[in-house]
Amino acid sequence: MTLTETPPDRELEAGFEATIARNDRIEPRDWMPEGYRRTLVRQIAQHAHSEIIGMQPEGSWITRAPSLRRKAILLAKVQDEAGHGLYLYSAAETLGVSRLELTELLIAGKQKYSSIFNYPTLSYADVGTIGWLVDGAAICNQVPLCRTSYGPYGRAMIRVCKEESFHQRQGYELLATMMRGTDEQRAMVQESVDRFWWPALMMFGPPDDASPNTAQSMAWGIKRHTNDELRQKFVDMSVPQAEALGVTLPDPELRWNEERGHHDFGQPDWEEFMEGVKGNGPCNAQRMAHRRRAHEDGAWVREAATAYARKQVSA
Amino acid sequence: MSELSAEGGHGAVPLKDVPTGQGVTPPEPEWPLYEVFVRGKRGLNHVHVGSLHAADDRMALLHARDVYTRRNEGVSIWVVRADAITASSPDEKDPMFAPSGDKVYRHPTFYDISDNVPHM
Ligand SMILES: [Fe+2]
Ligand SMILES: [Fe+2]
Repeated sequence: MTLTETPPDRELEAGFEATIARNDRIEPRDWMPEGYRRTLVRQIAQHAHSEIIGMQPEGSWITRAPSLRRKAILLAKVQDEAGHGLYLYSAAETLGVSRLELTELLIAGKQKYSSIFNYPTLSYADVGTIGWLVDGAAICNQVPLCRTSYGPYGRAMIRVCKEESFHQRQGYELLATMMRGTDEQRAMVQESVDRFWWPALMMFGPPDDASPNTAQSMAWGIKRHTNDELRQKFVDMSVPQAEALGVTLPDPELRWNEERGHHDFGQPDWEEFMEGVKGNGPCNAQRMAHRRRAHEDGAWVREAATAYARKQVSA
Repeated sequence: MSELSAEGGHGAVPLKDVPTGQGVTPPEPEWPLYEVFVRGKRGLNHVHVGSLHAADDRMALLHARDVYTRRNEGVSIWVVRADAITASSPDEKDPMFAPSGDKVYRHPTFYDISDNVPHM
């Protein structure tokens, strides 16, 4: 067998582009442009961090769940989020980064996670609202990612999406149960929705006119819809769900636009959003400290397991 | 406003000015990487589902169960140290697969059989 000469970058790039144009997937050992690789690492790693940090707001309610049924459900949901993080770290790792290094970058605050998890969870209704709206928004983002151009990422998303549907339904069912309860419970649901509606809209990121690089991500098949398209889809989905639930979405500008065939709605407070991204959200410091502590407190377990494994080999 | 993409999954994340960690060696030695294969049900092959890190084989199996089979996704799991896998080059044009590319006679469709011959 003769070894083929290493083709020049232009030929490799043409091969990469042809694969994308055919709607085929790029796989880990394929040649890919450095920019594509870097964008993917950032996106996948920070998506993973969001799943991991995302366990905290709801996790704090596990010991105070109102019934054994709710506790089992919440435990399963939070465990799923850990799983999502791990699927994603696994995908990021195929791009040539170390999983441990990604954790280091997270706890050093150099890589980010979704700002939605910097809001506090003040009542058990928040568990329901997070499932309905936050996981609902995540579904809007993640379903198109099942067809993303990077193979391992798309496959991880398929697993994630199968599980998200449970997350959203358990949340909605929790809220529906409370809405059938007392006036006080109904007020708790409304208060919770009032707090989470705008942060949920922020999950889709700043408006398209503030996102000059979207076009590149879309050309690479990493991104399938713009931030504004996804946000519109989420609003259109949520309005009838809110009606069925009997809650009011806290946006005076929200109304059906017959001409567009979509709902018009107001803009969230982007300044508040950017503060969260910079690390000044209500719970940033707490979330980071908790994650750092978990990593550091776990060090002796990792060391002990390593020592045990070494002993087994030499025995 | 720095650019943030909705595709952070559970919310938008910045895609610019964020270090990637490429080429950086982590501060503590990492547990070995294992690739995980799951047999979905009897009668099916094991299929690759992802990877994880573990200190040893047994821990890899237990972690694989927790990470990849929380909803009856499998009846059997294989874990294999990633450094024990030998792989072909991913390029389809690789000479590795040339021997099978030009042997059309290995496929049933290569043979013309008249339409009136049944069950073939
Ligand atoms: Fe998730
Ligand atoms: Fe979720």
